[in-house]
Amino acid sequence: MSGEVQASPLSNTPAMQPAVALRGITKRFPAVVANDGVNFEAAQGEVHALLGENGAGKTTLSNILTGLYRPDEGDIALFGEPVDFHSPRDAIDAGVAMVHQHFRLVVPFTVAENVVLGDHRDVGRTFLLHQRAIERRVGELSSRYGIAVDPRARIWQLSVGEQQRVEILKALYQDARILILDEPTAVLTPQEADALFETIRAMAADGRTIIFISHKLHEVKAVADRVTVLQRGRSVATVDTAEATPRSLAALMVGREIELGRQDAGGAKPGESVLVVEGIGAQGDRGTPALDDVSLSVKSGEIVAIAGVAGNGQRELAEVIAGMRAATSGTIRVSGNTLRGGDPRAGIRAGVSYIPEDRLGTGVAPRLPVSSNVVLKSYRRPPISRGPMLRLGQIRERARRLIERYDVRASSEQVPAWQLSGGNLQKIVLAREFSSEPVVLVAASPTRGLDVAGIETVHAYLREAAAGGVGVLLISEDLDEILNLAHRIVVMFEGRVSGERDAATATPEELGLLMAGGE
Amino acid sequence: MIRIERRLRQPWWLSVVVPVVSVAVAFLLTGLVLFATGHPPGHSFRRLFDAAFLADGALSETVISATPLIFTGLAAAVAFRMNLFNIGGEGQLYAGAITAATIALLLGGAGAPSPVIVVAMIVAGAAGGAFVAAIPGILRAFFSTSEIITSLMLNYIVGVFLTYLIFDSHSYLRDTNGFEAQVFPQGKVFSDDASWSSWTIHGLVLPLGFVLAVLLAAGVWFLYTRTRFGFEVQVIGDSPRAGQYAGMRTRRKIVAVMCLSGAIAGFGGASQDGDFRHQLDPQGLQQANYGYSGIVIAALARYNPFAVVLVAILLGGLQNAGFTLQGADFPAGLVGVTQGLILFCALGGELFVRYRVRFNRRARVTTTVAPEPAP
Repeated sequence: MSGEVQASPLSNTPAMQPAVALRGITKRFPAVVANDGVNFEAAQGEVHALLGENGAGKTTLSNILTGLYRPDEGDIALFGEPVDFHSPRDAIDAGVAMVHQHFRLVVPFTVAENVVLGDHRDVGRTFLLHQRAIERRVGELSSRYGIAVDPRARIWQLSVGEQQRVEILKALYQDARILILDEPTAVLTPQEADALFETIRAMAADGRTIIFISHKLHEVKAVADRVTVLQRGRSVATVDTAEATPRSLAALMVGREIELGRQDAGGAKPGESVLVVEGIGAQGDRGTPALDDVSLSVKSGEIVAIAGVAGNGQRELAEVIAGMRAATSGTIRVSGNTLRGGDPRAGIRAGVSYIPEDRLGTGVAPRLPVSSNVVLKSYRRPPISRGPMLRLGQIRERARRLIERYDVRASSEQVPAWQLSGGNLQKIVLAREFSSEPVVLVAASPTRGLDVAGIETVHAYLREAAAGGVGVLLISEDLDEILNLAHRIVVMFEGRVSGERDAATATPEELGLLMAGGE
Repeated sequence: MIRIERRLRQPWWLSVVVPVVSVAVAFLLTGLVLFATGHPPGHSFRRLFDAAFLADGALSETVISATPLIFTGLAAAVAFRMNLFNIGGEGQLYAGAITAATIALLLGGAGAPSPVIVVAMIVAGAAGGAFVAAIPGILRAFFSTSEIITSLMLNYIVGVFLTYLIFDSHSYLRDTNGFEAQVFPQGKVFSDDASWSSWTIHGLVLPLGFVLAVLLAAGVWFLYTRTRFGFEVQVIGDSPRAGQYAGMRTRRKIVAVMCLSGAIAGFGGASQDGDFRHQLDPQGLQQANYGYSGIVIAALARYNPFAVVLVAILLGGLQNAGFTLQGADFPAGLVGVTQGLILFCALGGELFVRYRVRFNRRARVTTTVAPEPAP
């Protein structure tokens, strides 16, 4: 029996073979070693956090544990039994399940149908589905772990938080003994996150092992028993969270001391209004009203943040300003000139840079090389093109220059964009948008999914842009980030501006109330 | 047990080796079919290659068969590159043949000089093809209609119109004089000035249309890799939303690419008129299925314009061999079987570009895993 594994305080079972043991896991990809001799152990009934920057190898490691990749070297053992996964199904059979950041649900189906979808042992195998039996079983699981969701609801009727609960139910239904949650709180409101933590604890108390992947240090502290830190593909430490501080964890993660906490937004003296939004109304993707009479302005050198829970019209507002969505009413002026609505090129010409929320697919063309993506907006003008001709040499050169200046980790400018990690991808977008010397910069959730160092970089660039006289409109759900960066804060609720505050005097409580529609 | 895994990276040589091996496997399978039907495979293949490439004048015939296929292959590749599935190459080629024939007869009758007629035929053919392709293009761009359905349906419409012009009407294009024309309807024969020239090099006849088709392939390659237009096509083809974000006029581009695709197919129709048929020939055009073969060729060539030329020559050769060899001693369906097998193997071979096959040795792996070290 292994004595070195600490029994979790929540676990009722005695210390025994670790539920998960990864030894010396190495996985090489053409350009990088994603995992380099990683060791990881989690006990039964433990909540074990996996912490690391983007590109540190967390995703690769969980893909190995769920059978998506095979390690080049190293062994995996579950409850002391060596295993060799050839496909995700092997992993599922062995009781390993994963809740992905991007949900894998069939949108028109009901909750119950989604839950049995991957089931190949039991009711899911029968030709006719026993609706009632499935719903009953799903209902039992829900009440046992405090997961509130109606088994008969269809996925499209559910909020993001509820959809995540369906993913967890799916894993529980498959009798997952080891559950990997990949940045589960990224899409949740603080209240939803608290409910998730309750569920996680209930599952751990039931003897399941939870591997919790996150960047957010305070969450790791709040929910995990132990944490393993990955840095550049290596496991650098496993520590008890009780003994760790956010600062010590951050230092382990990036390998150096990091400045956390509130900084001065910068002593920029805001100048004239460069972006004026007046009475904008717009429709959402489903044709329902998404924006109603939204007005705001951003001055040169100023960072204005739009706070709000996701889905309250922020994305639509950013798209209207960037010209990607037509407004049904109102006007947008940049440097005094009214923009032609619904025309992204008008925005680009007027000097509006836009960092879209959806990087892969909107911000970059995924299968095209980095070099093409770097000139995505500037290919029309010299020196990138001459008349109708592209100048490939110039494109290559600019790509190399920006890769170097923005410290993008890419083996060459010819790599397809999708191969880059989230942080490096965002650097490409930032590099392109900043190099166009914008008047207005609209940044929609620019740090979502990034690690501490990546967030730091993005923040630094946003501050630098403002200091250089750019009017920055930052859309974020992260109040810490907003309070840290913005001069002024506009709160949106249900497509309207529910309040505006000076960042210097605003408190999180007050903003939270506005975000929830209170006065 | 055999498992199929997705490749994380596709080595560059795979895109060369896989098609070559696919074709080899196809010939091997054809050999088995031949053997099973009592034909000596070696001898039959020799005859096939002789008829396609080696015999006296065979290569010239192959070039003639390949010319329209290059046009329709390029037409399909140009659209597919932007994820526009223009299945209407067939109808666009007919349309080009109709407009080019009209111009040839008009100008030929007016006694215009030959180069003027040739250029006018090309322009008219391209315009005719582009016009037909513009319909699904506009419907797709502005009403999100599936271009696959609309372009396919237009093939039948243009096909029926083509037949109507010669068989069911006394149109300008139909020859109504002479005994033969009374018995069997046919198109008016062009004046000699409307025949496209050809060159003979060491006995190999290269028609003008073939030379232009090869130049066109180079032009398409240049357009798609070296120009702003091509850059926009690449971006929109990969992610329409990224194109919109970059301020590209995605709707206009859809229409433009469909028109370009149609124009190339229509050019092919003009070449049919000017190079080979010298009259509007509804039956000949409709029996050949150039448009549909073009789709297959574009797919086999993985949308690469130069590969389109090579694949078109290979398939053109097989087609030509089929015409030559058909007879009592040679199975008429053999060439069809070979073509089918090449297609099957080439498309099947794609699997190996994207995936790799692993042989599972689960039992051995499990036993060789080191037991857990005791603490």
